Amino acid sequence: MYSTILSGALLGINACMVQVEVDATSGLPSMSMVGSLGGEVRESRERVLAALKNAGLDVPPKHVTVNLSPADLRKEGTAYDLPIAVGMLEVLGFFPEGSASGILFLGELGLNGEIRAARGVLPIVREAALRGIRECIVPEVNAGEGAVIPGICVRGARELEQVMCFLLAGGKEREEILPQVSISPEELIRGQEAFQGNDFSEVRGQGMAKRAAKIAAAGFHNLLMLGPPGAGKSMIAKRIPGIMPPLSLEESLEVTAVYSVAGKLGDKALVTERPFQSPHHTISAPALTGGGNVPRPGIISLSHRGVLFLDELPEFQRSSLDGMRQPLEDKKVQVTRVGGNLIYPADFMLVCAMNPCPCGYFPDRNRCRCTEPQIKRYAGRVSGPILDRIDLCVELQAVEVESLQGGAEGESSAEMRRQVEMARRTQEERYRGTGYRFNGDVQAADMDRFCTLGEGEKRCMEKLYAQMGLSARSYHRIRKVARTIADLAGEERIRTEHLLEAAMLRPTQEVWRA
Amino acid sequence: MNKEYYHWLLQCQELTGNAQRRILERFPEPEEILKASGAQLEEILTPKQAGAMREHVNKTGSVLKMQEDYGILERKGISFAAVTDPAYPKKLREIPDPPIGLYYRGKLPPGDVLSVAIVGSRDCSEYGCCVARSLGDYLGRRGVVVISGMARGIDGISQQAALGAGGESYGVLGCGVDVCYPSSNQRLYDELKKRGGILSPYPPGTAPMARNFPPRNRIVSGLVHALVVVEAAKRSGTSITVSMALEQGRDVYVVPGRVTDRLSDGCNQLIKQGAGVFTDPESFLEELQETYFLQRMLPKGPEAEQGDMVRNARDLPEDLLVVWKALDQTPKAVDAIWEATGRRMDQAECGVRLMELVLHGKAKQVSAGHFCRT
Repeated sequence: MYSTILSGALLGINACMVQVEVDATSGLPSMSMVGSLGGEVRESRERVLAALKNAGLDVPPKHVTVNLSPADLRKEGTAYDLPIAVGMLEVLGFFPEGSASGILFLGELGLNGEIRAARGVLPIVREAALRGIRECIVPEVNAGEGAVIPGICVRGARELEQVMCFLLAGGKEREEILPQVSISPEELIRGQEAFQGNDFSEVRGQGMAKRAAKIAAAGFHNLLMLGPPGAGKSMIAKRIPGIMPPLSLEESLEVTAVYSVAGKLGDKALVTERPFQSPHHTISAPALTGGGNVPRPGIISLSHRGVLFLDELPEFQRSSLDGMRQPLEDKKVQVTRVGGNLIYPADFMLVCAMNPCPCGYFPDRNRCRCTEPQIKRYAGRVSGPILDRIDLCVELQAVEVESLQGGAEGESSAEMRRQVEMARRTQEERYRGTGYRFNGDVQAADMDRFCTLGEGEKRCMEKLYAQMGLSARSYHRIRKVARTIADLAGEERIRTEHLLEAAMLRPTQEVWRA
Repeated sequence: MNKEYYHWLLQCQELTGNAQRRILERFPEPEEILKASGAQLEEILTPKQAGAMREHVNKTGSVLKMQEDYGILERKGISFAAVTDPAYPKKLREIPDPPIGLYYRGKLPPGDVLSVAIVGSRDCSEYGCCVARSLGDYLGRRGVVVISGMARGIDGISQQAALGAGGESYGVLGCGVDVCYPSSNQRLYDELKKRGGILSPYPPGTAPMARNFPPRNRIVSGLVHALVVVEAAKRSGTSITVSMALEQGRDVYVVPGRVTDRLSDGCNQLIKQGAGVFTDPESFLEELQETYFLQRMLPKGPEAEQGDMVRNARDLPEDLLVVWKALDQTPKAVDAIWEATGRRMDQAECGVRLMELVLHGKAKQVSAGHFCRT
């Protein structure tokens, strides 16, 4: 007796199909499993046997062999429990042969027969749909993320018994036992449009910093905030996702896939809010960029299409930060292992915050007692290549008591978002068909095409170049940022004032002294 | 023979200036000290010093070796002036306990030219930096010699400015003259060697140890006619220099600061105690000239650009002038500048105006969000 059940394996954030083959013969009762299995998959044997027994399905003494094919692909994770159990049930004749054909199974089993959450349901279901598979049974908690994929019937099961009944039943009865889960992703996206959460109007004062945050959000520029402790650096960072346009369906599916693979989706069907990640500065390099023995997406991939906020930038290990250099250029991260390469997306906006000096009060010489070498050493801890990828640098001031008590409310997130969306629409039109999305992406070679300067503006740049000792890199950065400022102002051309503002916000190698 | 003997004596690090002088009084010739018994040494030295001296004698004690050592010094391009040499600065010889010898690279300060010491905080404010620079520049152009400690901050800034204006400057170090400390002043060190001098009472190779600096300060004030304190916090090394200058009978001038600035506390304190108040380089120099009738003062050249700037700001267009008026010598945050303009424009525009002022050379961007007047 022999049976084949469909299941899937993860490859980065993509998936491929896996056939679970089960064979039962007479002989010494045993169960062996093959097919390049990881530790969790090998343990599956015990879970499946106990779950079958506790679900009231007694396994007769047979010699059972399980093979997961393709056998040379390393299998990881616990989602093979359910397909293995179903395969055994079929081969042992618990339900008619062929009842499970064409159905993809995913899920971890508890010893009591309960079906528990699995990682990566969305990418696997998406791959299945592409391969023409019409139906799949997944854990109930993951049914939502599977159901956002069109063209495939997704059913969520809670217990092994339900699956058994489903397979025994035929036709319409099946629908009653495990109803199809249907979700309209468009509606989910639309439902989230009104941004919930912190509002920029709660940030008092800090006009320049808010302005810089708006520019950064509009052009997807990386931002560095400098300021004394308690000035509101993290307050501002947390509010940046809220002024970015809502996730489009396409973006949302990309983000959801990453979260699904990382097992961080919970019972949500879709990630509908812009991701915001704020790791502690003790984070290790693989945790930040992704990897590990069983590769998983790192924090930078969980920030995909959103904001990665690094507070206390000089405290981060240089080796961790340097791992972000390539992802910051390529917008994706490649995790290379002996078993092959995985690619995780990592198109995020980097927002960093740091104190200007060890005590935090420079250049207020009445409060700052740091010596110049101390300040230099502190700033020198920040990796130069990371600073090189930052477009905007802004300083925050210690908040005065007047602005805390009453005072005018600042611009609200809704108003800022309206402006950002307008600037984004302009960019969308400009970059249609070019492969770019935002001003922040534009490469030096295309600078003349997209960030055109008039005669007066060119002269202004020359003056800036000479007077401030700009490098070629900062020259291009100023032009990119000026383009965004012009877009925010609704201007077709970059004007001198846009260049000057961009120049003011330019980061320098020695962060604190221009 | 004197020089070799003095150089040999200075190399014994245990000896203080006083001990060196006592030895020279008792054993004016090198042969005498080489033959001195332990008891004879103990008469004029502490037991520890005597022990060190004996060891020094045992290790390097021969006239030939002394001459050899001195030869090495000359080969390194380092000159030496003993207190008995005619080349030794006259002003320095007049102070109580002058160092028994000076090592130098470049020249020694001339005795017949007005010389001024500019000293102050190492971590100075933008204001102190600005005053030090314009004073150094002015004095350099008038041919006044600027002498200081080549330290970070006020010292180095004023010396650099004096050299930049074509003047002469001398740096007195608290380490050997072949050691550039702080290393960030390497450029200044090289220029001083060419256009002035590097001086030190310590033999070459001496590391910059904290205890070396107060004696260094005594030499700075000893070499000059007047001392200007630009910026000093309450308890600082500068106050040592000031008390030494007063002991040596030098004029002390102080640059007043705001009462709210911690970096000016020391200065304001000195003013309270009756120090001379420095207001502008011109009247400062006039006062000095009245006291010291020295020739070789260069004619008053064209006025410093720094001074011009304040007056020229009036030619700025109205919208820039508003922002310029909101600026200060000390760096101010953009948000604060914007408040000071009476919020007449929005913040972004205020930032743009500031950058225009920078391009006009009327303002300086100190950091990403701070500006000050130039």
